[in-house]
Amino acid sequence: MSEQPLLRITNLQVEFPTQGGAVRAVDGVNLELFAGQTLAIVGESGSGKSTTAHAIVDLLPGAGKVTGGSILFDGQELVGATAAQLEHVRGRQIGFVPQDPMSNLNPVWSVGFQVEEAIRANGVATGKQEVREAAIDVLRKAGLADADRRLKQFPHQFSGGMRQRVLIGIGLSANPKLLIADEPTSALDVTVQRTILDHLDELTREKGTSVILITHDLGLAAERAEQLVVMYRGKIVESGPSREILTNPQHPYTKRLVAAAPSLASRRLTAGLSVSSADSEFDLTAVASKRASQTTVGEVAISLADVSKVYSIRGSGFKSTPFTAVDSVSFDIKRGTTMALVGESGSGKSTVAKMLLGLEKVTSGSIVIDGQDVSSLNAKELFALRGRMQPVFQDPYGSLDPLRNIANTIAEPLVTHHVGTRAERTARVRELLEQVSLPWSISSRYPGELSGGQRQRVAIARALALKPDIVVLDEAVSALDVLVQAQILQLLAELQSELELTYLFITHDLAVVRVIADEVCVMNKGQIVEAGTTSRIFESPTQEYTQNLLDAIPGANIRLGA
Amino acid sequence: MFGYILRRVLQAIPVFLGTTLLIYFMVFAMPGDPIVALFGDKGVNPAVADQLRHQYHLDQPFIVQYLIYIGGLFVGDFGTSFSGQPVANILAQTFPVTIRLAMLSLLFEMIVGIGIGLVSGLRKGKWFDNSALVMSLIFISLPIFVIAFVFQFFFAIKLGWARPTVSGAANWGELILPAIVLATVSIAYIIRLTRASVIDTADQDFVRTAYSKGLSRGRVVRVHILRNSLIPVVTFLAVDFGVLLVGATVTEGIFNVPGVGRTLYQAIIRGEGPTVVSFVTVMVLIYLVVNLLTDLLYAALDPRIRYGK
Repeated sequence: MSEQPLLRITNLQVEFPTQGGAVRAVDGVNLELFAGQTLAIVGESGSGKSTTAHAIVDLLPGAGKVTGGSILFDGQELVGATAAQLEHVRGRQIGFVPQDPMSNLNPVWSVGFQVEEAIRANGVATGKQEVREAAIDVLRKAGLADADRRLKQFPHQFSGGMRQRVLIGIGLSANPKLLIADEPTSALDVTVQRTILDHLDELTREKGTSVILITHDLGLAAERAEQLVVMYRGKIVESGPSREILTNPQHPYTKRLVAAAPSLASRRLTAGLSVSSADSEFDLTAVASKRASQTTVGEVAISLADVSKVYSIRGSGFKSTPFTAVDSVSFDIKRGTTMALVGESGSGKSTVAKMLLGLEKVTSGSIVIDGQDVSSLNAKELFALRGRMQPVFQDPYGSLDPLRNIANTIAEPLVTHHVGTRAERTARVRELLEQVSLPWSISSRYPGELSGGQRQRVAIARALALKPDIVVLDEAVSALDVLVQAQILQLLAELQSELELTYLFITHDLAVVRVIADEVCVMNKGQIVEAGTTSRIFESPTQEYTQNLLDAIPGANIRLGA
Repeated sequence: MFGYILRRVLQAIPVFLGTTLLIYFMVFAMPGDPIVALFGDKGVNPAVADQLRHQYHLDQPFIVQYLIYIGGLFVGDFGTSFSGQPVANILAQTFPVTIRLAMLSLLFEMIVGIGIGLVSGLRKGKWFDNSALVMSLIFISLPIFVIAFVFQFFFAIKLGWARPTVSGAANWGELILPAIVLATVSIAYIIRLTRASVIDTADQDFVRTAYSKGLSRGRVVRVHILRNSLIPVVTFLAVDFGVLLVGATVTEGIFNVPGVGRTLYQAIIRGEGPTVVSFVTVMVLIYLVVNLLTDLLYAALDPRIRYGK
């Protein structure tokens, strides 16, 4: 390791001007990175981790500006560098892999064009043929085996994982000394995440590239980086070797983060470890062990028998090909328990939820809820059933009407089902807000003024308004930061024991399943590949597919306290 | 792709029949007897009137008149105007003038509108952007005849840069001033549309990724911002071209341009069924073709859109 660090950031300050004065997003960050090292910056959204990364290559969004400090990269000061100097550094010396593979490739240009452009701009190759060959080489190395055939294709013809490989290829195309990867896999399925990160590790190790990995996932950070920096509200609260921070966190925020990380919580359970709940406000281990002790054996609330869903996909001309999204799925959910439906995107898990909610028609098979076959119900009975069965969706930004205030949002199901007088409805809203631990003062505010966690609480309150027996939670905590996620999971567990709710919990995140579910069904390509109690699935999975999913949980390989 | 075009052409048939029937019916239902009106202040000669009615099939029931007309179309006969001129000749005289005017106008719209819109969008909130927005608002608010008179007075009469009215030949040079007038309102919309689209695109993640590759600002603007921003603008331009092609009654009137707008207006006043319907028929065809071309252009600009296979 050389004497001089490759990157030295000293007292970095970044501000965003707003109408109410400048907001300081990064406040006095110091960090050092040596050649060949991997450093992870961890924190929740708004902690300034991405802003720090963007500041290095001067690509801050909007009117954001570096207002102080220094970024010394390989002997060159980047704060205040000219546009030409920065163009020379970007791509050539510092590669950048962005967060969302869906939005980071220009949809109107072919993938090959976008790779070749990077190669040409950084002088890696010149001449039509050489550039093309270099592009194929870059994409092959990034894991696209059939790169030569796919150069002419457009981003929308690639899957999310494939696009992320393209972006990694672009980031590494000019053999930079430093690669900044901003949440490179958070939009992807766990198994895809693992292959991509393994590949990234391999490529950077081969060339001795330094890596800054930005992530919200503590388990992932610890698994992939030697050095860890924890950011909170624009400041670094803790930094050092990752294992050390994980096993012995010093700062209270880091302690909370470690306790709330579901991937680590599940790991702790299997390792037979317990953490005293005094360490944090929200300890998922405590929630999970409490769940395990409550073994409720009730009657069956929901029963699916051989349920299938076939869509016809429009093909050329007037022909259409059938596509089986759900293939004879059967399971029972007992009253007051939680069934988790797990699978990667495209596995058909959300289609099952839609059919249960009556939002999609069943092609064959039957769904029986409380002894009633759903397909035999008339419109009026279906309406009544919907009152007893409520959904909570993934995106708390998209599922609330931005033009309706919170009180009206929560009261809407009551109005639709003609429940109570105006005064009674207001009283019920007050009661519901209390149940989800939100202050009454929030009722006149609008969704845009709330945080993600508050919005999801509102969505849960709305779902509970009609006192349903069944709540379908479709990726209800997937879009939330770990700490908020832990709070919502705890809230859901409390509400369940209080109100005897039956949950169908749909998720791609196995780590969350461990703490919330009694039983698990693992879905793949429309079929249930494995089903059983949560502990059985986690301790002795019989199917390779389930085993792969379990192994892919970031942090799963870390032995805490070992 | 071929299948898609064929389907669109087949779809055009009912549209064509429906619109012509509707227009024919509306001309037929207009109050007043066009034949009586032809005699003006002089007394009506019943024998001549009956002769004329027979000649123009006005003594037949409505649907028969329509079918005779449509039948004529298929052998290239657009009918005859009351002044005895074949309608085909009138079409051949007026449409080239209007097409020249429309093309000039579209050219101004593209160069000025997209140019100002792009610079505005890239310099959001700066003085250039603000003045462009104010100017565009002024042009949107002013009725076109006001703009036409002001331009005519200022540029033609005061400065003498152009002729105030257009001659019968209506050549390219003479049409520049009316074309600018015709373009002003659309330019204002295009500036706003391009500006909004550029601002939107410049904020996209892929633009940041493009910078992170080490591309220069000029290349990012040309390759990644401009092309994506032009997709909605092109749609607007294509529709606008269709509007321009069917004539601009007011502007053509003020500058005395012998184009489609003015001629059609006069034909409607005189209740000349075949002339009106023939013009509208050609306009419908132009609209259908322009619409089809727009959709194809749209697919060429945005690879995510693919019609059929």
